[in-house]
Amino acid sequence: MMRKVAKLIDTTLCIGCKACEMACQEWNDQEFTLGTFSNSYQTMPDLAPNFWNLVKFHETEFHGAPAWLMTKYQCMHCADAGCIKACPAPGAIVQLDNGIVDFHQENCIGCGYCITGCPFDVPRLSSKTKKVYKCSLCSDRVAAGIEPSCIKACPTNCLTFGSRDDLHYMARRRAEDLRKGGFAEAGVYDGPGVGGTNVLYVLKHADRPEAYGLPRDPSIPWTVSLWKGPLKWFGNAVFFGGILAALVHYIKVGPKESHEDE
Amino acid sequence: MTNGWTDVANADVVLVMGGNPAENHPVGFRFVMEARRHRNAKLVVVDPRFNRTAAVADLYVPMRSGTDIAFLGGLIHYMLERKLYQEEYVRIHTNAPFLVKEGFGFEDGHFSGWDEETKRYEKSTWQYETDGSGFAKADPTLENPRCVFQLLKKHYSRYTSQAVANICGCTAEEFERAAAIICSTGKPDRSGTILYALGWTQHSHSVQLIHTAAMMQLLLGNIGMPGGGVNAQRGHSNIQGATDMGAWNYLPGYLKMPSANHQTLEEYVKAFTPKPLRPNAMNYWSNTSKFMVSLLKAYYGGSATRENGFGYDNLPKAAEGSDYSWGHFFDQMYRGQMEGFISFGMNPVANGPNSPKMLDALAKLKWMVVVENFETETAAFWNAKKLGEKYYPNFVDPANIRTEAFLLPAACFAEKDGCFVNSSRWAQWKYAAAPPPGDAKPDHEIIARIFLRVRELYRQEGGRAAKPLLDMTWDYATPHSPSLEEVAREVNGRELKSGKLVSGFGELKDDGTTISGNWLYSGSWTEAGNQMARRGQEDPTGLGLYSNWSWSWPANRRILYNRAAEDAAGNGWDPLRTPIRWDGERWTGDVPDYKKDARPTEYGAFIMLPEGVAKLFSQDLVEGPFPEHYEPVESPVANPLHREVSSNPAAGLFHGALDKLGASKDYPYVALTFRLTEHFHYWTKHVASGSELQSNFFVEVPEALAREKGIQGGDLVRVSSARGMVEGPALVTRRIRPLKVDGKTVYQVGIPIHWGFAGRVKGPLVNNLTPSAFDPNSGTPEYKGFLVNLEKA
Repeated sequence: MMRKVAKLIDTTLCIGCKACEMACQEWNDQEFTLGTFSNSYQTMPDLAPNFWNLVKFHETEFHGAPAWLMTKYQCMHCADAGCIKACPAPGAIVQLDNGIVDFHQENCIGCGYCITGCPFDVPRLSSKTKKVYKCSLCSDRVAAGIEPSCIKACPTNCLTFGSRDDLHYMARRRAEDLRKGGFAEAGVYDGPGVGGTNVLYVLKHADRPEAYGLPRDPSIPWTVSLWKGPLKWFGNAVFFGGILAALVHYIKVGPKESHEDE
Repeated sequence: MTNGWTDVANADVVLVMGGNPAENHPVGFRFVMEARRHRNAKLVVVDPRFNRTAAVADLYVPMRSGTDIAFLGGLIHYMLERKLYQEEYVRIHTNAPFLVKEGFGFEDGHFSGWDEETKRYEKSTWQYETDGSGFAKADPTLENPRCVFQLLKKHYSRYTSQAVANICGCTAEEFERAAAIICSTGKPDRSGTILYALGWTQHSHSVQLIHTAAMMQLLLGNIGMPGGGVNAQRGHSNIQGATDMGAWNYLPGYLKMPSANHQTLEEYVKAFTPKPLRPNAMNYWSNTSKFMVSLLKAYYGGSATRENGFGYDNLPKAAEGSDYSWGHFFDQMYRGQMEGFISFGMNPVANGPNSPKMLDALAKLKWMVVVENFETETAAFWNAKKLGEKYYPNFVDPANIRTEAFLLPAACFAEKDGCFVNSSRWAQWKYAAAPPPGDAKPDHEIIARIFLRVRELYRQEGGRAAKPLLDMTWDYATPHSPSLEEVAREVNGRELKSGKLVSGFGELKDDGTTISGNWLYSGSWTEAGNQMARRGQEDPTGLGLYSNWSWSWPANRRILYNRAAEDAAGNGWDPLRTPIRWDGERWTGDVPDYKKDARPTEYGAFIMLPEGVAKLFSQDLVEGPFPEHYEPVESPVANPLHREVSSNPAAGLFHGALDKLGASKDYPYVALTFRLTEHFHYWTKHVASGSELQSNFFVEVPEALAREKGIQGGDLVRVSSARGMVEGPALVTRRIRPLKVDGKTVYQVGIPIHWGFAGRVKGPLVNNLTPSAFDPNSGTPEYKGFLVNLEKA
């Protein structure tokens, strides 16, 4: 079996320089847009169809001392991926043997169910292309034996790429060092509730993941689990019925015209 | 930097003050992270704003902008009181034992020798007591009341923790927590480094501030030590190289600029060749004549002969007391005393203080040439009334501007080869990545083409001062576009007769047989090839010196003053961190900052200084031999140490109609400008990527002040000073804490630079607000710690 890969984000070393954001934009040939101001240093308030890697900035306090947390946010590449569970289009979302959850836009039908299925609120539907986009953990680079572009760009070694088992070990050791160094609440965050994630975080304050913008108990909504369970065949019938109806509509009425700028 | 980026990983304590490396030097900052991970180093950040560096620090202490000398002076007091300094180091490597003349003193904000009329000091009482041979007298016991050490103790006795808290606005406990960590490096086996940048250099007392840092590091025994030093983080990609190549006040290699008092080469050499002040001082500047004559031979070649002083007459000579630094230069332009102006890699409208004055100054020119990658604010200054309508309503209409403006397209850094000199003093050769677009040309080609045309005009038509141009050597293979390899070899220098490239400045002569464009770079391109292109990654000492990677000035030395990392007998203070070792015949390790085969006792460790030791007490600066806390030129309080002499008495100020200063009753808040990681100066707002990562100008407003004023995050606010105003959305934050200063609550407002009226993303120029106030030694403007008002717009 292929080795599972993972990304480790040691938030104690993140300086919010956004090199990972820019590397992601450039490697993936994203069109540059303008950011929006939201009383923060954050590039934009949230992930976007053409912005898959966002450093979130949170001002808070721990034990009375000011803290400014910078957390890189992107697809977590869950072992038990809610997006795959929810997706009705064959081949649109696949989990590679190495653990990467990859979207194939050519098969995407733009239904947006993966967005409902994602416990981390990551996939974004483009209003222009009607397809859903998210971080691919640079599956193309990884297939060629090189690290994802965000890892390559990080100047402080806050980001590490490697085998999932190795990084789990590294993360736990780092958390242990932090606890020894006086950060009693330090720990590893790896998305309990979704069978673990292939993106791991080291947090100084693992008891308060929300302070970093991470959900405390990520889990796949029960509706989605149900959808892939007993209701799957029923759902597919309804869904493909819908596509058939759309096709009939297309033949009769013609394509929907887009008025958005490309 | 005295040390270098890779050396920061050797530190036990990293003090970041007057800088924000996580944000502005993120790649270099990795070595801070390495020190923390591998040595368990402590990172202390002292800054008005809780910034991105503070976010990963072990300790953050807030302070009021412009009060750094008080904080550092407090550290000196703290370590002297508690005997945390490294006594033996101080005794043998500094001028602490030197005796100062009777009559030196400090009273009510002035040192002895102040002349109220000229606003300058007469320095005779600042000199050392000398013996019959002209050597300074010293007391190795450090007990003589007139020795530097005792004077230092007395001077800083006023800087108690309470006094620091009262001036800086942090609490005394916070100050002492930082002091305990920083002063823990006074032990021989501990090293502390200081990383600073423009937060220290941009004050009306900035050079003294850095002097205070150097004194503190000397007292702690941290100069010369791996993991120690005073480390300036340079900003622009080649600002270090530009500094080394000279400016208005220096010729290349920090040779002094001739003045009208030095009419002949002999007079010049005499004035700038110091006499040793101690018998064991190597006094390296005794070689001034070799460096100067080699430079003149590089400039004037065959026309430079011994008889004509090697063409010394061709050099311009400034009138005594004249000043050509930024403030004076633009003031002359503003007063209509300048005809033309060529701007390379500079955008004075955006990056000079008091932008309205910059605009007015440019409008008084006959012609202006801007050589740039983009149409900058300076190139488009004539249209400022329209482009910056809100901010310059009174500026001249374009129709009435007589300045003829030219914009020449320049190649950017990636479109030419050459070298960058980084903060570590490493000259790293680089190669062009792509050809310049369209008609864009590299700067040096533009200079060459202008030079050749102007010289031709002089040749044909004659004119005043034609000789310096006609005498100039220009023997490049392609005169209108010299290759940078040729220029680099000329900078390195060669023997004229054999044509052999010199291997170091030790080979330069003052008889006209050698040339060198910059003695400090001798050794950078030798007969062994381009040393700057080396990429060896060996690190035999394990100290991160990487001596085979590129080439660093001087002489490929990685840690300056490395002889001070050993005691008098030549044994390292810290056996594990000894940069050079004496093996009985020679020094090994780093290139020694010492004669390579001289016995440890032969010379003092500071070979460039006539004292042979480092100066805690210095006669070189204009406002005093010891740094003193002076308030910024605009301040919310009178100096609590001496209210009558509140700000630097020698600060550079101007008195034109646009040089207004504000008072705290009208402008109650302290403002400072700062930079963001997403942008590079005023440049990346022209670039898609930088514009995306931080598209919007904003003003950082302390939460408590926002509450007082009813301002919510994102509300439009107007910030105004006596010079001008800016408008933008408020970023309401708890990261700037209100401070208690001299019994008064003081709010600080942070305003990022980077925006302007030209570019993909636009915003106000922050320098609409900043004052025409300057450090009298360096001419650097006071961009940090000026007064503003803030209202909801």
